[in-house]
Formats: sequence, C-alpha cells, structure tokens
Amino acid sequence: MPLLDVIDLKTYFRTDDGVVHAVDGVSFQVEKGQTLAIVGESGSGKSVTCMTIMGLNDRRNTTSEGQALFKDRDLLQLPPDEMRKVRGSEISMIFQDPMTSLNPVYTIGSQLREAVMLHENVSKQVANRRALEMLKAVAIPRAETRLDDYPHQFSGGMRQRVMIAMALINNPDLLIADEPTTALDVTTQAQILKLMNQLRRDFDSAIILVTHDLGVVAETADDVLVMYAAKAAEVGTYEDLFYRPEHPYTWGLLNSLPRLAAEGADLKPIPGTPPSLLRPPSGCRFHLRCPYVFEPCIPEVPELLPVTDDDPDHRVACHLAHDFREREAHDLLHDLMAEQR
Amino acid sequence: MIRYVIRRLLWACVLFLAITVLTFVMFFVIPVNPAAMVAGKAATPQEIAHVEHLLYLDQPVWKQYLHYLQQLFVHHSLGYSYGTRQSVNSIIGRAAPITASVVIGGAILWMMVAVPVGIYSALRPRSKGDRVAMVSVLAGISAHPVWIGYMLSLIVGYELGLLPIQGYCNLRGASPGQTCGGPIDWFTHMILPWITFAILYSAFYVRMIRSSVMETLNEDYVRTARAKGASERRVITRHVLRNAMLPVVTMLGMDIAVALGGAVFVELVFGFPGLGGTAIQAVNQFDLPTISGTVIFASIMVIMFNLIVDLLYAWIDPRIRLT
Repeated sequence: MPLLDVIDLKTYFRTDDGVVHAVDGVSFQVEKGQTLAIVGESGSGKSVTCMTIMGLNDRRNTTSEGQALFKDRDLLQLPPDEMRKVRGSEISMIFQDPMTSLNPVYTIGSQLREAVMLHENVSKQVANRRALEMLKAVAIPRAETRLDDYPHQFSGGMRQRVMIAMALINNPDLLIADEPTTALDVTTQAQILKLMNQLRRDFDSAIILVTHDLGVVAETADDVLVMYAAKAAEVGTYEDLFYRPEHPYTWGLLNSLPRLAAEGADLKPIPGTPPSLLRPPSGCRFHLRCPYVFEPCIPEVPELLPVTDDDPDHRVACHLAHDFREREAHDLLHDLMAEQR
Repeated sequence: MIRYVIRRLLWACVLFLAITVLTFVMFFVIPVNPAAMVAGKAATPQEIAHVEHLLYLDQPVWKQYLHYLQQLFVHHSLGYSYGTRQSVNSIIGRAAPITASVVIGGAILWMMVAVPVGIYSALRPRSKGDRVAMVSVLAGISAHPVWIGYMLSLIVGYELGLLPIQGYCNLRGASPGQTCGGPIDWFTHMILPWITFAILYSAFYVRMIRSSVMETLNEDYVRTARAKGASERRVITRHVLRNAMLPVVTMLGMDIAVALGGAVFVELVFGFPGLGGTAIQAVNQFDLPTISGTVIFASIMVIMFNLIVDLLYAWIDPRIRLT
C-alpha cells in the first residue's frame, strides 16, 4: 500500500473573475521512502496540489474534492485540528524562497524549538538539543553558535538548510518540497539536492518534489508526474519519463532543455503559453500547442491510461496511437543523443 | 545593542540643538520688537533701550544665542512670558499635565479599540463585521473632533447629565479657585475628552492595523508557521502580530509626541488650559518666550518618543539592531 494515495484530486478557487480550476482531477501515489517529482510549467497546479494535501489553502475561497489517503486517513476529510497535528509532524513542507520563509523576528533556535514543541510535550532543553542535532544533520557550520542567530544572518542556501532541518525535526513520513532550489544559485542547488537525497535515506522519509527543472528530476526522482494545465499528462518512473516518454508535452519539456554541447543551437521552447484555468480549452488541454493535434483532441478529454498492459504504472493522457508515440519518442531521443555528442 | 542606543542618544542631542537654533531664529523672523513688548505701551525710547540691554538685544547674534543656550541648559529656564511675566517653565508645567492626561489616556483608549477591531477586520475581510468597522472608520475620520466633542458634551453631558459638560479637574486635588479635584473628579472630567480625542485616531489606527495585519498574513513565514502545525491563534499572536505591529509602533510614537505639543481641538471644546490653548494665546499676543517654550517642549517630546520608538523597534525587529 502506498504511503500517500491521491485519487482524483480537484481544487477550485473562487475569484472575482470566476472559478479557477487550479487542480482538475489528478491522481498519483507516493511510496514509502521514495521521491516523486511533480513537473510542469508555472501555473500547472503543482504547488496547489501540495497545498491541498497539506490543507493550507485559504478555506474561505477554496473547494477541494477527491481523496488524499495517508496512513488510512483521508487528509481532505480530517477536521482542521486533526490536520494541524499532521502538519509538521507526519507531513512537512519546505518552500521555494528561503529568504522569506523564516520569521525575521525570531532566532533560528526559537523557530526550530517551536516546531518540536508544537507536537511534543518536551522541555525547552530537550527541544533545543533536537534543534542542535538537526542543524548539524543539515551541515550548518558551527551549529552550536548559530542557534541564537536570526534568519538575516544566514545566506539563502543556509536558510534553506534551516528550513529542511525544521521540516525533518519531527521525523515526518513525507516531506513536500515546493521548488526548494529554484531561488538558489546552481552550486547551492546541487548541495541542497544532495543533502535532501542523503536525508531521505537517513530519515527514511518519502519526498514529493515540485520542480520545473528536469535536471533536478534526473538527480532525485524515483517517479515522475508531469502536469499540464491542472491535469496529469503523464505519470511513470524516472526511466519511463526519460527513456520512454509518451506525451507530446513531455517531449516538449525534454526538447526544451538547454544544451551545452550543441554549438550555436537555440533554445527550443514549446510554442505558445499555458491556457487560462478560468476557461480551460475543450478536449485535451495541450491541443492548442501540440504539433500532433488531430480530430479527437479538440472535443474529447483523453483519459490517463496505462501505456501498455504489462506496465500499468506508466500512464499517459493522449489520443495518439501508442505505436506512433513510441516511434516519435525514439526519434526525439535519438536526435537529443546525437546533439549531445 | 548598546552601541545602537548610544548612537541614537547622540543623534537625539544633535537634533535638539538644531531645534534650538530654529526656535531662536524665530525671534528675529517675527516682526516684533521684544524690548518694546516688555517695556509696555507707554515706554520712552530710553526705557526701551534699557530693556534691550537687559534682554541682551544689543549684543551680537551669536552672543544672544549662547545666552539663550546658557539659560536653557545651565539654568533650565525657557525665559519669562512677555505678557504675564511668569516663568515659561511654570506656564508649561501647569499646562503639560493637562495635555498629557488627554493624550495618554486617549492613546490607551484608541489602541484598546483599534488593535482588536483592526485584527478582526484583517482576519475576516469583506465580512459583515469588517464592513461595519470600515464604515465606522470612514465616519470617524470624516467627523471633525470639534463637532464630535460638542455633540458628546451636549448629549452625554447636558441632555443626559451623565458626565461633566466641560472643565478640567486636578488629579492631585483641587487647586486654588477650583471647586473639583482628586482622582475621581479628574477621571469623570476626562472621559468625554478621551473619547473625542480617541475617535479620530482609532479610525486611523483600525485602518492601519487592518492593512498591516493583512499584508503580514501573506508573508511566506506565516505559511511556514502553518505548515509547522501551529494553530491559527498561535500563528496570529506569535507570527503575525509582532511583525504587523512594526509600522504601528512607529506611528504611535510620532502621534503621541505630536499630540503632546497640544491637543488643540479637545482642549478648546472642553475648556482645558492645556498646551495647545497656551500656544495659541501666546501666538496671538506675540509672546515669543512662551511660543518658543512650547515649541521646545513639544520637540523634546517628539525627540523622546522617537527615541522610545527606535528602541522598541530594535527590540521587536532584530534586523535593526545590527545596522
């Protein structure tokens, strides 16, 4: 049984302009100790999916449907106070911008202690010891002296380490990381990803990693969910997505990766922009930008179905015939490999 | 932190000196011959010249300024009123506690109203309660304090007879010529002035606190606090309020300081002989020492409250301490 089983998750925001279907029927699973990467453009519903699982959307203007089964409980049905107890102890979350994610008026030590003391009835001394251990675990130099420092005395990378320490301090089963490296420079990015990989092993936590960076996916993910315009386009293992991609949008993502080796090669973006989620397009939501669009794409919404009968976990939502997709993917990867050489 | 405090204190001194220069300049800008004022209407030119000598007016300007500073710093004297010949110190000493009673009591009242209402409105924007609060705010800002004061005085004081219509009572007991005195009389005579004074400010502060809290609620660290599993109450009291109060503390310090220089409208309506009335009277009579005395007193208040605000600010926000 998976650790987290999300079934047909929908999240709607009521706005002055109408109802935004920010997540529109997404299903996926996270296995214990594994990393699931959620990939997609800005506004594809990645972050909202995570916020819904965490129960952090603004209740006043948000409606959520579907199920998020976590250790025999449906997180969406938990009363607010029960959900509060889950947050930070069984599921924790880190965010994109470490510069603003820590409260500027409290010391790091006080914020780490708070995370412990919100969930366990321990003394300040015990909480302080745990805080110190965690700072050491995330490799903050001279951790003893830094507990009494304020967030503004830390660099961006160090602050993200503190956030990770805070998220893991209660040894959660699941860590949701919403673009944890996007705001960091490339070398710091690599360090943080390495740290997360290592901590996942040490703490045996599962990770949901939201990113728009396929490089990050390649370094960390076991499974990948590709989202486009609030829906799942393709789900599969890391190998499925990188070696047997089936959805034209996934191809577009792979093809748009910047290449170092190819001399004079331009960036190859996917033409067009993501559709409005206030009035999403009919049929397949990618049809406006898809180079392979044909008749059924416009009226009919493609279902997320297994690619082949013997591999039920690799699923794709596309009307194109499997044989055709296989050939196209093969050609694309062949070209990409050729360019790399 | 100590270095920060020392730096702020030094700055306060520099600021104060600058203000003494400005008030001193006032003596020359206002087209009145002080000696003629002091000597009286029927004075002969010889008498005026004698007074000029007594007032150091026949000395070079810089010597006059030094004399002025000497009076101020060595003798702690603000001079003597041209009109009544009383020392300005004693005039201000009588008026300041009255104004301070209005302002400090009023500030406590307006914060007691504005903080809970502002937070409530911020947490439930567009709710019925918020709309009621925002309409009241608009009314509070639009209604002139003089009108509010007279209406309260008329309805509560005159028609209903619940509270004194006007007049000030000494907190420490009746002074000569007064029929009332003592804490209870003081308090009952202060209620309407406090309400009058607090209405305008609570309206401003509700709006300020509301927007500050709403802004802070959108901060990433508030989301972090929720993600940690903090209850909504804890998120508000611990993570939102302390940050949201930063701009409010600044404004509060400034507003109290400025009002201590004279809460003119309230003093006028309720017939309080406070600083505002004193200053206006002095201006009408070209009573330069009294004018400059009230200005210097008001600036000392502003500088002092600024200092308090700065120190409070540093205590609330650790980022200030290091810069």
